[in-house]
Amino acid sequence: MMRGGGLLELDGVTVSLPVQGEMRPVLQDVSFAIRPGEALGLVGESGSGKSMTARTIDKLLPDGAAVAGRVRFDGRDVMTLAGADLKRFRGEVAMIFQDPRAHTNPVRRIGDFMTEALRTNSGVGMGEASARAVALLKSVGIEDGERRLRQYPHELSGGLLQRVMIATALLTQPRLLLADEPTTALDVTTQAEVLAILDGLRSKLHLAMLFITHNLELAAAICDRTVVMYAGQVVEVRESNKLHEQPLHPYTAALAAARPNIDATAHRLTAIPGRPLSAFEAPPDACAFTARCPHAADVCRARRPALMELDGGLTRCARGSELFGKLKVPLNA
Amino acid sequence: MPEPVLQVESLRKEYGPLVAVDGVGFTVPEGGSLAIVGESGSGKTTVARLIVGLERATAGAIRACGRDRSAPARSTRERRLRGSEVQIVFQDPYTSLDPRQTMEDAIDEVLRLHRGWAADKRKQRVRELSDLVGMDERQTRALPRALSGGQRQRVAIARALAAEPRVLILDESVAALDVSIQAQVLNLLADIRDETAISFVLISHDLAVVRQLTEQIVVMWRGRVVERGETADVLDHPQDDYTKLLRSSVPRPGWKPTQRIHVATA
Repeated sequence: MMRGGGLLELDGVTVSLPVQGEMRPVLQDVSFAIRPGEALGLVGESGSGKSMTARTIDKLLPDGAAVAGRVRFDGRDVMTLAGADLKRFRGEVAMIFQDPRAHTNPVRRIGDFMTEALRTNSGVGMGEASARAVALLKSVGIEDGERRLRQYPHELSGGLLQRVMIATALLTQPRLLLADEPTTALDVTTQAEVLAILDGLRSKLHLAMLFITHNLELAAAICDRTVVMYAGQVVEVRESNKLHEQPLHPYTAALAAARPNIDATAHRLTAIPGRPLSAFEAPPDACAFTARCPHAADVCRARRPALMELDGGLTRCARGSELFGKLKVPLNA
Repeated sequence: MPEPVLQVESLRKEYGPLVAVDGVGFTVPEGGSLAIVGESGSGKTTVARLIVGLERATAGAIRACGRDRSAPARSTRERRLRGSEVQIVFQDPYTSLDPRQTMEDAIDEVLRLHRGWAADKRKQRVRELSDLVGMDERQTRALPRALSGGQRQRVAIARALAAEPRVLILDESVAALDVSIQAQVLNLLADIRDETAISFVLISHDLAVVRQLTEQIVVMWRGRVVERGETADVLDHPQDDYTKLLRSSVPRPGWKPTQRIHVATA
């Protein structure tokens, strides 16, 4: 496990939420770290806990949430932050979401929305804040910033509005960007543009990013390393360029194989039987993927495996070393 | 050559000054599978809505199973007949089912209206269709709110199939599903096509899904068809600039997003 040197470090984070009077786990023992300037992908299906992980990092959990484990940002314990420290932290860790329209107020102008955090948290005046906003809009490819600041969200297309959201997130000069499916609602051509802009700005500003997506190919393409989650647990951490060719966990391999291939038609896809489990459904004393795993054996049902190091990555598979190099599912399997 | 099961000619749809669909034409043979791809605003969903009769075309002709359906149906009988020829499954499985109707009831209703069968026979067919889409007895008696997105989408597909349509239109029907569930539904659709002579029209922005499920493709851009041909051929050797851009925008291992900044005029 990577320790030290991380800008953000999660260590054994377990989160439970009250549901109908009982506490239900949504995250189980989640550990990973993001280095300064690194892009880390966080991939999983519905209920895997990927969005909840982002919410935990940004201290945006609902009331009644119970958190165990530690989240450290630049050495500070995030869970104990409050007041001015919390505000400062939120400026250093910015979020962008899937649906920009749901996160803007339709009756407020773009300029008002963009500069709010700067004006209220950092005490920057309106003129200065607007000037900075215009400069940042330019850096995301929006040349006529002054005019955009006077417009309302509905006057902008989805792709344009998401670029505004990126510029807004960068206004407080963050060091970490939490991007939760930021391009899922966009057309692929617009997605490519938005990602190119984000990529360019990230390397220029040495900005770290947690990129949350359900799309393994997308994460592999734009992130240095990728974390794969299943049922509220981290099941694999891998360098992105090895994720498809040499996956460490059977779930990662199965996820890659289940996606149709744009370069070839398979007679049948290698579907994963059953459905994804939510964290609260995961058995406490077995691997969460056992019921759907083609490699499941007795050892998988004996106890929940710990994350173990393998080939420079991490895998939560009891048969990890034994299966290493044999997991990639060939096309048309 | 037998008459195509679906034939669309010079289709045009205007909304006031906006031309959403402009001179679109294609044919789908019996048992064939056609993809319509394009981005939001390309007019692909409007084409689907025109075919099933949810919108009325400004100009052009739509023929399904040898019958013209360019104008609205004039009678209940005509409308049901059309419903038994072409069915559609929408993108969002959360809004396309009646929240008070179980899967069993939803399929039974279609069988009663379209086939007019007795209760016994309907019950048997409900069971067969549920098996086909992989839903067990308990699930067929559950209300939509107790089902996952993937399960609801399977209900919507089973309901559409109950009418035994010759053409099934899938309007982004697998887009909202988790990858592992999406693969199950895509395999299911392939099985159904193997077992029946059904034809698919797949409206999608996901080129990998398009490759998996279709043989023919129509690429739309701003209401017009800019490229057409065999799916594998068009995806491997795109000719039109827009198709090339679409193809190169699909993330894959080793892919780097490219900047093509255009200052939008919106």
